[in-house]
Amino acid sequence: MSPGPHSGLSPSDGRSLRTRPLNPSSRKPEGLSGIQSPVSKHFAESVGEWVPALRPGRRRLCCFGFSPLAQGEGKQHRTAFASFQFAAGIILSLTALAVPSDAKPLPSGTTFLSDNLKAQQADEAANPGMLWVSEGAQLWEQPAGGANKSCASCHGKAEASMKGVATRYPAVNDETGKLLNLEGRINLCRTENQKAEPYAYESDELLSLTAFVARQSLGMPMNVNVTGKAAPFYEAGKAFFHQRQGQLNLSCAQCHVDNAGRRLRGDTISHALPNGYPAYRLEWQSLGSLHRRLRSCSFGVRAIQFDYGSQEYLNLELYLAKRAEGVAIETPAIRK
Amino acid sequence: MALAPARVSMPKEAKKGEIIDIKALIRHPMETGYRVDSVGQPIPRYIIQRFTVTYSGVEVFRMDMTQGVAANPFIAFSTVATGTGELVFKWEDNRGEVVTVTKKLTVTG
Repeated sequence: MSPGPHSGLSPSDGRSLRTRPLNPSSRKPEGLSGIQSPVSKHFAESVGEWVPALRPGRRRLCCFGFSPLAQGEGKQHRTAFASFQFAAGIILSLTALAVPSDAKPLPSGTTFLSDNLKAQQADEAANPGMLWVSEGAQLWEQPAGGANKSCASCHGKAEASMKGVATRYPAVNDETGKLLNLEGRINLCRTENQKAEPYAYESDELLSLTAFVARQSLGMPMNVNVTGKAAPFYEAGKAFFHQRQGQLNLSCAQCHVDNAGRRLRGDTISHALPNGYPAYRLEWQSLGSLHRRLRSCSFGVRAIQFDYGSQEYLNLELYLAKRAEGVAIETPAIRK
Repeated sequence: MALAPARVSMPKEAKKGEIIDIKALIRHPMETGYRVDSVGQPIPRYIIQRFTVTYSGVEVFRMDMTQGVAANPFIAFSTVATGTGELVFKWEDNRGEVVTVTKKLTVTG
């Protein structure tokens, strides 16, 4: 399916739920095209064709940043008031230059929780996600597989060896060139080093070990590498994030960028940051992976739900992790 | 039940007569028995029915739970530190499974 109809949608496009007419008849053409073009399995291949279309939007964003200065220059020699405007324009521009829009970390999903839930998340004795973390701690020490080795046999104390690891994932594996998230990395260790069966995605064991490893980076800012070998995965994830999909014909960005912080039915729309995952969602009454959460979102816009650990979600996970740069890890977070 | 299903948090030491806060958390699905699975078959009830705590052999806390309690029940309560001894936390579910956690409390003064 041609990506043409979507090419105008860029991060700075400004077209959002807010500005879009809500009259169903005026939305009809797009709605139809959305139904006809759900994200196909060949999405990854088609991404390359329309990623360049994002670039004009990026330029417009830059222009906008400079525009106060340009206006100020034109008015400066007319009146004192104009020169004041000019000065103000410079100050505004400098402020805009000194603090680029992406310099300050986005607020974590915890920001939108009630005080009670925030307290429960912070209290290790009350946070139900810690049940999985303690199981992970036991699995860490438990020998497994043909090699009869435990995680601790190679990595020693997780408190030291796993500190900060979660901040760098997803990351590209040097040997295979594949993008791995923490779950994928743990399962690779199981098959390669422990000679054991990989854990099923979303099994309690894999969730526990992932949460246990991520917990060692508690409070550390996320900082994934999206350059070099990771760049194509990042670009694909970014494209996915801005791709309209599903019968509702919505992109991730339309909710989580354009309308973040506003109410959607009973809840506040978050900034789509992965810093608390695996997280304990009250809706699930269980710990769940980021991919489970992404599947819920796909279901929400009535789009294709990709498999756990699928390349599409891995790419997206990398993009989300980059968006969360500087945001402290909160695993296991509590989410509604 | 899976590994490490329960976590109990309480002070290791306390002064005689002091009120200590205890938090107990257990992993359990607390399946109500009212739901059906994806093919319409009822999912059997699977709940913790009773939670008891003994302190040096004396029962200090008991709670009967029903299908109305959410999964992974979290229970917080307090007791008075009377003397050095063991607190035994016991969860019993309707399949006859029992989880026991033992914590030692040292009372000074």
